[in-house]
Amino acid sequence: MTTVTATTDTALPADWRDLLALTKPRVMSLVVFTGLAGMLAAPVGIHPVLGFTAILCIALGAGAAAALNMWYEADLDALMKRTAGRPLPAGRLDRQTALHFGVGLAFFSVLLMGLAANWLAATILAASILFYVLVYTVWLKRRTPQNIVIGGAAGAFPPVIGWAAATGDVTLLPVLLFTLIFLWTPPHFWALSLFVRSDYAAAGVPMLPVVSGARATRRQIALYTLPMAAAAVAPWPLGLAGAFYGVAAAALSLVFLILALRVLANSAGEPEAMKPEKQLFAYSILYLFALFGALVVDKVLA
Amino acid sequence: MTDPRDDEIRRRQKARAIIMALLLGAFVLLVYAITIAKMGMLR
Repeated sequence: MTTVTATTDTALPADWRDLLALTKPRVMSLVVFTGLAGMLAAPVGIHPVLGFTAILCIALGAGAAAALNMWYEADLDALMKRTAGRPLPAGRLDRQTALHFGVGLAFFSVLLMGLAANWLAATILAASILFYVLVYTVWLKRRTPQNIVIGGAAGAFPPVIGWAAATGDVTLLPVLLFTLIFLWTPPHFWALSLFVRSDYAAAGVPMLPVVSGARATRRQIALYTLPMAAAAVAPWPLGLAGAFYGVAAAALSLVFLILALRVLANSAGEPEAMKPEKQLFAYSILYLFALFGALVVDKVLA
Repeated sequence: MTDPRDDEIRRRQKARAIIMALLLGAFVLLVYAITIAKMGMLR
């Protein structure tokens, strides 16, 4: 790893806003929502205080993983327009503070989860943090275009953690929800990486569009959408969710597939002409929110 | 005349101290609520 090029003003104590920015609050909202949905979809209820604490722990764990990711990737972030303004590459925060903040938050979130909910949920939370930091950030991201395929598993844990916090075990439905997010991650990130390809290329990150080109990436997006849609609808025919969820999942997945096919049909190389890719990226976030929202409504209706 | 840099250091220290105090207070309340919830589950 190379050193950060930006000058860090270490004499100044870190501003709390920069510490907050280390946790990637916008990404955290999706993590919290899927974790909450996993918890609410569980067949048994959880005490509201313990449920709130479990969700708080998922959020803090995600924040810790994000902080450690930014600590390790400060040199990469400095090379990309999209990330150059983050606290570390911009020189507003020193790396040691970020490391201490991330490690402290990780330990705190796991211990609190174990004490408030149960140690199965705490173990899965610890595994997800370690997976994101060690497997995705340190091992895969700079080495292989499969980085987000395998690394996507880290972001798929929250509904499993939410379910485990409520029930104390893991059954087929949370495994299907894990599979859904795991298969959703590649089309989501590849759509983004198509229109910020130059950023990744400049930083030397081997994202699929950089290594294999836009055409191969567009084909892979369409191919991953098929098993993703199957995983999304699967809880309905398996009797794990009702018709409301099943119809919503089918309709939402159909729109996803149509947008993925529009991406496949696009041959543009310049970001300005990549409207289908931008639409798919934006819709993919809405898709996950709507899908997990439908799961919770379906549980309420049952 | 005070150094503007000293003023900035004091401002940041004060903001962090206030945030830390609020977070610690929230944590104490949370641990209290968790304890009550766990005791209720045992009964």
